[in-house]
Amino acid sequence: MSKPLVTIDGVSFSYEGQQTPALKNITFDILEGEWLAIVGHNGSGKSTLAKLLNGLQFPQQGKIAVCGTELTEATVWEVRKNVGMVFQNPDNQFVGTTVRDDVAFGLENHGVPREIMVERVQTSLDKVQMGTFLNQEPHHLSGGQKQRVAIAGVIALQPAIIILDEATSMLDPRGRAEVIATVRELKDREHITVISITHDLEEAAKADRVIVMNKGELYREGTPEQIFEMDEELVQLGLDIPFPVKMSKLLRHKGVELTKTHLTEEELVTELWTSHSKM
Amino acid sequence: MDISLKNVEYRYQADSPFEHLAISDVSIDIPSGTYLAIIGHTGSGKSTVLQHLNALLKPTKGSVLIGSREIKAGRKDKNLKSIRENVGIVFQFPEHQLFEETVEKDIMFGPMNFGVSESDAKARAKEALQLVGLPEDILEKSPFDLSGGQMRRVAIAGVLAMEPDVLVLDEPTAGLDPRGRKEIMDLFYTLHKKRNLSTVLVTHSMEDAAKYADEIVVMHQGKVLTKGTPEQIFSDPVALIELGLDVPEVIGLQLKIEETFHTKFSKISLSERELAEMIAEFLRGGGQR
Amino acid sequence: MMEKMIFGRYVPGESLLHRMDPRSKLIIVFLFVIVVFIANNVPTYAVLAAYTFLMVGLSRIPLRFLYGGLKPVFLLVFFTFLLHIFMTKEGPIILELGWLKIYEEGLRQGIFISLRFLLLILVTSLLTLTTTPIEITDGLETLLNPLKKWKFPVHELALMMSISLRFIPTLMQETDKIMKAQTARGVEYNSGPVKERIKAIIPLLIPLFISSFKRAEELAVAMEARGYKGGEGRTKYRQLAWGMVDTAMLLFLGAVTVLLFVLRG
Repeated sequence: MSKPLVTIDGVSFSYEGQQTPALKNITFDILEGEWLAIVGHNGSGKSTLAKLLNGLQFPQQGKIAVCGTELTEATVWEVRKNVGMVFQNPDNQFVGTTVRDDVAFGLENHGVPREIMVERVQTSLDKVQMGTFLNQEPHHLSGGQKQRVAIAGVIALQPAIIILDEATSMLDPRGRAEVIATVRELKDREHITVISITHDLEEAAKADRVIVMNKGELYREGTPEQIFEMDEELVQLGLDIPFPVKMSKLLRHKGVELTKTHLTEEELVTELWTSHSKM
Repeated sequence: MDISLKNVEYRYQADSPFEHLAISDVSIDIPSGTYLAIIGHTGSGKSTVLQHLNALLKPTKGSVLIGSREIKAGRKDKNLKSIRENVGIVFQFPEHQLFEETVEKDIMFGPMNFGVSESDAKARAKEALQLVGLPEDILEKSPFDLSGGQMRRVAIAGVLAMEPDVLVLDEPTAGLDPRGRKEIMDLFYTLHKKRNLSTVLVTHSMEDAAKYADEIVVMHQGKVLTKGTPEQIFSDPVALIELGLDVPEVIGLQLKIEETFHTKFSKISLSERELAEMIAEFLRGGGQR
Repeated sequence: MMEKMIFGRYVPGESLLHRMDPRSKLIIVFLFVIVVFIANNVPTYAVLAAYTFLMVGLSRIPLRFLYGGLKPVFLLVFFTFLLHIFMTKEGPIILELGWLKIYEEGLRQGIFISLRFLLLILVTSLLTLTTTPIEITDGLETLLNPLKKWKFPVHELALMMSISLRFIPTLMQETDKIMKAQTARGVEYNSGPVKERIKAIIPLLIPLFISSFKRAEELAVAMEARGYKGGEGRTKYRQLAWGMVDTAMLLFLGAVTVLLFVLRG
């Protein structure tokens, strides 16, 4: 771990015809094997960042290098092999008429021989628990299922990095949980680096590292613990505080001693139990 | 205006090979001034119920009473427009219904369809825009030049300008960021109180249901599973969890603590502050019953 | 009414016709459209009809379903029949009702031409009933492949077709949703004067256009992100398999054609 896989160096970007830049002088590294959450309210520049990482847009200033290759018009197709992306709207990224065709789409684009395709389609779908839906049509799938198919389509190409661009924001709670669990499992088993762009702080709490974006700038960077110490500042930024963090704070306020701010309910309950049950 | 569903059943594409039973034996009373939340999974039938509230769907069995009008299975109904004037629906992703050249015209569209004069509709557009927290200078802009969050608000303003007695909300905050979500939900709650509306909120969010509703209906597989006040509904959280439904996080935490400490608090708490108080109290007592 | 229409509808099944390669089915339908014109007397039409009904039998599509689905088409066939009966003025008069005269040749032509029409419709319907739209697309793509030499965009056309097919149900759902949203805002789609109803289409069409453009844009981005850069260097996942049955069915049609020439008057 801890080898930088992606380096972003002084990147600025403005959309055509807009005065305020979408990104202002952004610099940070993405480490191999980490789960990085990029959070920020709608319009904070986080989605623009995702587009730059995949060469869907190019920075006007600064450099981005992915797996040692600088991202330019010339290297973009090479880089895209290493960076898979899952978008927000489950419907608008489903190209195939059936689940298996959709997963195969990326493989076809990269000219993968058919025998390998057949095998990869099956194994990738198995990995996201959609292996029994091969011939299903997209309009018969739930949002969460469609997003899992999209993930299968990405991992079929065996990328080093997977970017989730608000991939859970249009899903119901069940779909959201399915997708997050799937990604978690993939990250642990396949050692894929995950970049999740989100405004769901519960999702960010599960990451190894969090970057907070605000008005096109990198506002703060740290572990989830460090980020949630920001507390009211997060609310000011249009974000929220995860429930366990809120409860930790309230409990302290009511005179309950806690060693730290907890990010999960389990941790919180465990500390309450170990520190108080002995009395 | 009271609304009441009596033993409503609805089948999609009835009498065809593609027939599909969406809801059956649904009875719900929504007295005037109630804030009702309908919760359940995707596919539990809650969207189908919602469409009966202003006669967008007609029951295939049973009847729906909307004010003094009765919509009954197997009978032709005329002039449903008067119902729709009184029951406004904010659909999921309502920004998809925008179509006019300017924000103002789009907001005026609903009221003018119901016979409001142009000058009145203009006044209503201004007022509605203010209600949803948008500046007046966007009235002349094209709705398609706005940000996603602003478009959502314009679409909501378009429904509010109809000045309905009953407001039906289908996941009105889906896809918004936390701040937008809170602002919109607070807006509806304020309106509910100020204008003495009936509000029906269809949602996945147990948090919102617990926070805003007077009454909760839990839908499961096309049927009403339970209904009652939030306190009643969440007093048996285990039953909900068994159905794969979430419970509000506050209640989830309370359950975990009760389980770990082998105890039972005196009541189910729906507020974070109150739960913290209860836990602190309990721990001061030595963590014993 | 719309629910019973069978044009362009696929009925899942395992019949011989279902299992055939879409290419052979496309070729057979194409040839059949030509072969039909060989028939010019009772024996030849009888052979054609027998061939068609044999195919219907092989497809295992329930006759009642086929009949129900083609009902609106029968009206059209009947109309063709009437047209020919009244317009053809050859041969001896066989019936005279006031100013209305029916000639023998008219009756003959009426029967033959409406029969031809009916058989054509049956055979083309069988194609869509037993072949998924995507199979048809694949079949067309391979059959048209030689045209690539003349810069005909075969791959793009096939991709366009398959994406349209993929999005039809999505757009149907969307239409229904927007229609309901506007109905809730006081638009009436099912009643009221015609002028009002035409006006009501605008609040439906504009949102549909806008969302379709948005979808197209997002889809293009997603496709690009997944490495799509045109047809070059692409491999194909879906494969077509030409079997014995396909060759046999083509030969069979060949035999029928020879028979038609022999019986032709």
